[in-house]
Amino acid sequence: MAGRLVDELRRICGAEHVLTDRHQLRTYESDGLLQYHAVPRAAVLPGTGEEVAAVVRACHGAGVPWVARGSGSGLSGGALPVEEGVLVVLTRLRRILEVDLPNQRVICEPGVTNTAISAAVGPSHFYPPDPSSQIVCSIGGNVAENSGGAHCFKYGFTTNYVCGLEVVLADGSLVHLGGKELDRPGYDLHGVFVGSEGTLGVATKITLRVVPAPEAVRTLVAFFASPRAAGHAVSAIVSAGVVPGAIEMMDRLTIDASEKMAHAGWPADAGAALIVELDGPENECEARFDEVSRLCGEAGATGVVIARDAAERDVFWKMRKAAFPAMGRVSPNYYVQDSVVPRTRLPDVLDRIDELAREYGLRVGNVFHAGDGNLHPLVCYDAHTPGEAERAEELAGQIVVACVEAGGSITGEHGVGVDKKRYMPKMFAEDDLAAFQKLRCAFDPDGLANPGKVMPTPRLCGEVPGPYREHPLERAGLAERF
Amino acid sequence: MAQVSLHRIAPESAAEAAAALGEAAADGRRVRFRGGGTKLGWGTPGPRPDVELSTERLDAIVEHNEGDLTAVLQAGVPLARAQEAFRAAGQMLALDPPDGDGAATIGGIVATADSGPLRHRHNTVRDLVLGVQIALPDGSVARAGSKVIKNVAGYDLAKLLSGSFGTLGLITEVNVRLHPLPLETVTAVGRGGDPSALAAAASDLAHRPIEAEALDVSWSGDAGAVLARFGGASAPERARAALGVLSEAGLDGEAVDGDGPLWTRQAAAQRSAEAMVVRVSATQQGVAAALAAARGAGGSAVGRAALGLVWIALGEASPEAVHELRRQLAPAPCIVLDAPGAVREAIDPWDESDPGRLDLMRRVKERFDPCAVCNPGIFAGGI
Ligand SMILES: Cc1cc2nc3c(=O)[nH]c(=O)nc-3n(C[C@H](O)[C@H](O)[C@H](O)COP(=O)(O)OP(=O)(O)OC[C@H]3O[C@@H](n4cnc5c(N)ncnc54)[C@H](O)[C@@H]3O)c2cc1C
Repeated sequence: MAGRLVDELRRICGAEHVLTDRHQLRTYESDGLLQYHAVPRAAVLPGTGEEVAAVVRACHGAGVPWVARGSGSGLSGGALPVEEGVLVVLTRLRRILEVDLPNQRVICEPGVTNTAISAAVGPSHFYPPDPSSQIVCSIGGNVAENSGGAHCFKYGFTTNYVCGLEVVLADGSLVHLGGKELDRPGYDLHGVFVGSEGTLGVATKITLRVVPAPEAVRTLVAFFASPRAAGHAVSAIVSAGVVPGAIEMMDRLTIDASEKMAHAGWPADAGAALIVELDGPENECEARFDEVSRLCGEAGATGVVIARDAAERDVFWKMRKAAFPAMGRVSPNYYVQDSVVPRTRLPDVLDRIDELAREYGLRVGNVFHAGDGNLHPLVCYDAHTPGEAERAEELAGQIVVACVEAGGSITGEHGVGVDKKRYMPKMFAEDDLAAFQKLRCAFDPDGLANPGKVMPTPRLCGEVPGPYREHPLERAGLAERF
Repeated sequence: MAQVSLHRIAPESAAEAAAALGEAAADGRRVRFRGGGTKLGWGTPGPRPDVELSTERLDAIVEHNEGDLTAVLQAGVPLARAQEAFRAAGQMLALDPPDGDGAATIGGIVATADSGPLRHRHNTVRDLVLGVQIALPDGSVARAGSKVIKNVAGYDLAKLLSGSFGTLGLITEVNVRLHPLPLETVTAVGRGGDPSALAAAASDLAHRPIEAEALDVSWSGDAGAVLARFGGASAPERARAALGVLSEAGLDGEAVDGDGPLWTRQAAAQRSAEAMVVRVSATQQGVAAALAAARGAGGSAVGRAALGLVWIALGEASPEAVHELRRQLAPAPCIVLDAPGAVREAIDPWDESDPGRLDLMRRVKERFDPCAVCNPGIFAGGI
C-alpha cells in the first residue's frame, strides 16, 4: 500500500487513530470466528461519519479495498480484514444522537452497543432484537448481519426495526436512505442494506424503531426425554396459535456445559430443556401461559419449572446465553453452525444430526431458537488431535446440507461472511447469484467494500450492460408520452 | 401521435416470462406488468407500453405449510383467494390492503407495497415476504431469500422488489410468513371533532403495552375517530381499558364487537375512484397535522396512528391541492396515488428529490433493467 494513503488517513483521523504496527494490528486479525485471521495493512478509527466518508474516499482514490468492523463479535468471518487493505474500525462512533420517544425512534452511531438502545429508552420502551452477544456487539454490526435473538420469533429481526440509514458508499459519497418515516418514495434501499454484511457501504447513522415494553413476562422451562419430544411441544404451542416472546431449546450436552457456568441445577436426566417465555398484556399472558404449561405436559414433559420472579427468570436465560462460551469448558474447540429448517422438520433434522455425529465420532451440542427453526449445532473437537478439525468442519458442512435439503437456509443470523460462502451454491443457483451481483455492482462497482465475502467466487462488475437508452420508437418520433 | 397496438401476453411460467422480457429487451420494447389491474393508475404516467405482460396464469397457491405458518404463492394469486385457503387452517397472511373487490393479486400488492390496518401489529409486505422469484430482462429467473422465517443468506432482494412498482423485473412468486387468525376481536372507537385530540389519544394508546391488532384514525367532514382493535382471550378487557383512555381524552367512546366492516371501511378509504388520494409518510407526531390538512382541504382521511401513515382523499384533484398539502406537511413525503393522469403528469407523484438517493436508485435500475424495459418511467426520479 502506498505510504501516501496512510499519510492521508493520518491527516483525516489524526495519527493516533491510524495503526500500522503489526503487533497492534493483530488485535483485529479475527472476528468472533477465530479459525480465520488476516492482518490488514492499516487499521483506522475514525471519530465521525464525515471522517468515515473521507477514509473511504481516500481508499477509493487509491484503489485499496477496505473492511468495516464493529465490535468484532461476528461469527462468520465478516469483519476478517483484507491483507492488502484498510480496516475501518467503528468503535469510536458510539453516540446516541437522538432519543425521540414520542415518535418511537432512536438515531445512533454504528458503534453503539445493542443493549445501549434498550437502556436509552427503558423502562417504558425497548429495542427487541437481542442477540446473545448484545452487551458487546454494535448496532452497525447488527445492521450488517441482520442479527436476531431469542425474542425474534414474536418481535422480528433487526431488519424489521431499521427505518433509516446514513450510508457511506464505496466511492466515499454519503447518502440518506429511509428516515424516521415509513414508506418513503422509491426503492427500499435501507431494507436491502440490512444484512448486506458490509459489502454495500458503511452505515454511519442508524434510525431504529423502538416499541412499548411488555406489561408482563412469564417464563417456564420444561424438561423432556429428548430434543425430538421437545420439538413436538414447540409444534403444539405454535399450532395452537400461541406466539411466545421466546422459545429456546437446549440438549443434554449444552445443559451440562451451561451448568458449569450458570449452576441452575436442572434435572441431570433431562434429554432436553425448552425455555418458553410469554410476554404482553398481563391478562393475555396469564391465559396463554396456562395453555403452554398444559401443552408441554401433553407433549410428554417430565417436569415444568415456572420462574417465580425476575431472578429465577435470569437464571434460565443465563443458562441459555452461557451455551456458547460454556461449550469451551467441555470441549477444547468447537465450531458453531447457524442453519435453519422449517419448524416442522426439526425432529427429523435433529435425528439426522445425531446420526452424523455418530458417523463422524464427534460430539454435537444443540442449542437453538426453536420457534424460528434456527439451529446452532456446536460441533466439538480437539484441534490438537490430527485431522479432527477437518473432520469437524466436514461434519458441520454435512449438517448445513441436511438443513438446506429439508427446505431451510445455510444461515439464520450469523451471516455468510467467509465461512459459509462455499455453501451459497447449495442454496442459490448461478442466476440467483448473478442477481445478487447486480445489486452489489450498483452500490460498489469497483468491488472495494469487504471483497471476498458472501459470494462464493470473486466476481467483477464490468460496465452497465447497456445504456439507459431512449426507446427506438421514441427516437423515431413514432411514440411520445401521453 | 401514431398508435402502436398493445401486445398482450400471459406467460404460464417464470421461465416464459423471463424469455419474453429478454426478447423485449433485445427488440427495445417497453413492457407493462399487470396483476389484477387495480393499481395500474399509480405512479407517473410513463411512455406507452408496447407489451402488456399479465400474471393471470401464474395463479397457483404452490405451498401452504400449515405447521410452519408459511406459504408459496405465484404472483397472480388474488390475495382474497389465498386468504380463504389460509382461513380454513385458522391462519392469515397479515396483509389487508384495499383489494379491489377481490381482484388485487399478491404480486401487485408486493410490487406496490400496499398495506392495510393489520400493519400496526404485523408490519407490512417488506416484513412478511420471506423470498421472491423474479423474471429479469436479461432473460434469467432468479430467486432470493428462502422459505423459512429466518434467513440471512444472500442479499434481501425481496425488500428491493417490495414497492419497486415492477421497475426491476417481474415478481413471479413470493414466499410469505403467515400468522394465526386472532380468536375474537373487539374495537374501541373514540369519536371527536379535533384532529389534534384524536391524534394525541391514539398516540397515547400507541405507547401503552396493550398489543392492539390495529390502531387507526379517521377523519371525514368535521369529525373523526380513533379505532383500536384487540384480539385474543382478553380482547374485551383490553378494549375496555382503551375506552377509558379515549374517554379521558374527551372522546365519545364505544366498544364494537363484530368489528369486521369497520376495518374493511378503513382499508377501503385508502382508495378512491373519483377523488384524489395522497399518502402521507409522516411520523407518529405528524398525524395531527395530516388530519388537520385533510380537514382544511375539505377532504377525508384514514391513517395508521402509531406508524404515521395517513391517506388523505380530496374531492377535487389538482396539482395545486397537492402542492398545498406538501407545503403544509413537509418534510413528510406526500405521494399521490389515485389521481387523474393529468394531475400525475403535472406534478411528481413521488415527492422525491434527494439527488444522492435518486442517483443510487438509478444505478440499481441500470443494473437490473439497463434497457428500461420494465414499467419504464412510472417510478420516482423517472425510473
Ligand atoms: C457469544 C456470541 C453470541 C452471539 N449471539 C448471537 C445471537 O444470538 N444472534 C445473532 O444474530 N448473532 C449473534 N452473535 C454474532 C454477532 O454478535 C452478531 O453478528 C453481531 O451483529 C456482530 O456485531 P459486531 O459489532 O461485533 O460486528 P463485527 O463482527 O465487527 O462485523 C460484522 C459484519 O458487519 C460489518 N459491519 C460492522 N459495522 C458495520 C457498519 N457500521 N456498516 C456496515 N457494515 C458493518 C462488518 O464488515 C462485518 O461484515 C453472537 C456472537 C457471539 C460471539
